Amino acid sequence: MNWIIAAFDWFTTTFPTLTMALGLFLFPLLPLIIAVAMYVWWERKVIGWMHVRMGPNKVGPFGLAQTFADVFKLLLKEVIYPANASKKLFLLAPLWALIPSFAAWAVIPIGSHQAWADANAGLLFLLAMTSMGVYGIILAGWASNSRYAMLGAMRAAAQTISYEIAMGFSLVGVLILAGSLNLSEIVNAQAGSKGLFEWFWFPLLPMFVIYFVSGVAETNRAPFDVAEGESEIVAGFHVEYSGAPFAVFFLTEYANMILISFLAPILFLGGWLSPFPASWGVLGAPGWWWLAAKAFFFATAYVWFRATFPRYRYDQIMRLGWKVFIPITIVWVFVAGCLKYFGWVTAGA
Amino acid sequence: MADFQLWCFYAFAAITVGAALAVISVRNPVHAALCLVLTFFSTACTWLLADAEFLAIALVLVYVGAVMVLFLFVVMMLDLDLDPLREGFVRGLPFGLVVAVVMLLEMLALIGVRAMQIAPPPEAAAAAGQSNIEWLATALFTEFLLPFEVAALILTVGIVAAIPLTLRRRAGVKAQDVGRQVRTNPRDRVRVVKMAAVKPAANPESTTP
Repeated sequence: MNWIIAAFDWFTTTFPTLTMALGLFLFPLLPLIIAVAMYVWWERKVIGWMHVRMGPNKVGPFGLAQTFADVFKLLLKEVIYPANASKKLFLLAPLWALIPSFAAWAVIPIGSHQAWADANAGLLFLLAMTSMGVYGIILAGWASNSRYAMLGAMRAAAQTISYEIAMGFSLVGVLILAGSLNLSEIVNAQAGSKGLFEWFWFPLLPMFVIYFVSGVAETNRAPFDVAEGESEIVAGFHVEYSGAPFAVFFLTEYANMILISFLAPILFLGGWLSPFPASWGVLGAPGWWWLAAKAFFFATAYVWFRATFPRYRYDQIMRLGWKVFIPITIVWVFVAGCLKYFGWVTAGA
Repeated sequence: MADFQLWCFYAFAAITVGAALAVISVRNPVHAALCLVLTFFSTACTWLLADAEFLAIALVLVYVGAVMVLFLFVVMMLDLDLDPLREGFVRGLPFGLVVAVVMLLEMLALIGVRAMQIAPPPEAAAAAGQSNIEWLATALFTEFLLPFEVAALILTVGIVAAIPLTLRRRAGVKAQDVGRQVRTNPRDRVRVVKMAAVKPAANPESTTP
């Protein structure tokens, strides 16, 4: 045991920068991957209950090990390349989807100024990273040399770009009220004596709804999952993928969903702030558990939507994004400006 | 730490130059577009090193996240015949070289002018004790408000102008009238018929009771 500790000490003292980089890299990644596995299990369970089924219940207690079994099965399977596919881009595509979605986690705070990178431009960085993820989908569609994949990629890209605009405008409302791009500052701006009603969901209710719905559309999830519409284009952009590259796409999709589930409470529901008055002791104290509980609610809402709503028709998705969401958000940017200018909403306590 | 930053700068700058060269030299147009993405991204990295984080992230957001996605799409959709394009390369080479040399001279002149100033002016953001973004916002919305608004107006005119350019009336297009779809009454489409419950007739071939 001693030599392991000695070797660890030697490594950390000899390469401090490298150790820090590795730590910063692994520390967010492992919990995220485990959270994704648990989320997949939870999704299958909840959908099972909603369908009056049991869901996975054979592998491990309550079927908890089912996802891990599936992941190892996928990783050990042979990767099949389509004929005449662009092999390099075919393998680059899942990575290009995965890396930005993981990089976005760097700026997510779990407490006041407790983030891996407490960047001043945190929100901009998030937008930049989420907008990069679409490359993975487009490249997957193109490199697969398959018409189904190409159609799926076209739909996904058009949808992601359209909803990014509505999403960006709803973030503008948050920026106006908070007066900062730093995510910790945005949450701190929602603190105040009125508790629940100081959070930004109240003055920005339409934007809050639009933000989460756009988030669902942005991650290509039901009811906006035309990118992989099984009944028309089989599985869309990842129809040709198998084994480990498919597992990476799967991981990316769920990591993105968890990211949106964390962002919605941070931007609109007071992040780690408690909904109860501070005099209530433990219940009134702010803490990461509040953020986790709020994120869990949104993550479950994703599953709930999937079990409830039928898939949107493609032209209706576009109509909703361009003709309904964008005009509402533009009007509400003006409203938010008035709220700030006349002092009806003040940032911070 | 400054030394580490210097090495990072060299690495990012080398990648930028390499990717920019690849944009004009690779054979496949999709690969060229992806190299252009890499060029933008590593340029953003060098800007980050210069503490211009707003500009860097905006570059990634606007050019990598939006413009290049559309560009890539167009390149993927076009059925490009590459050989005529390559013939044009040799013909356009002298002209391209002249443009490149003029640009190089202009850049050298700019660097020369800056180097002639004995003491470079202190960084405005650092002097004001603010982050780059705060300083930029303050400057944009106070000192340069009018130019900023004019730029916004020009961009809006551009967006509006782009729509009439692509808008043309086509005959025989079938489109749904969403207003009518929403206004329909379910009773016009589906008729619910009340029927008395009837026991199914016993199957004569069945032997089980």
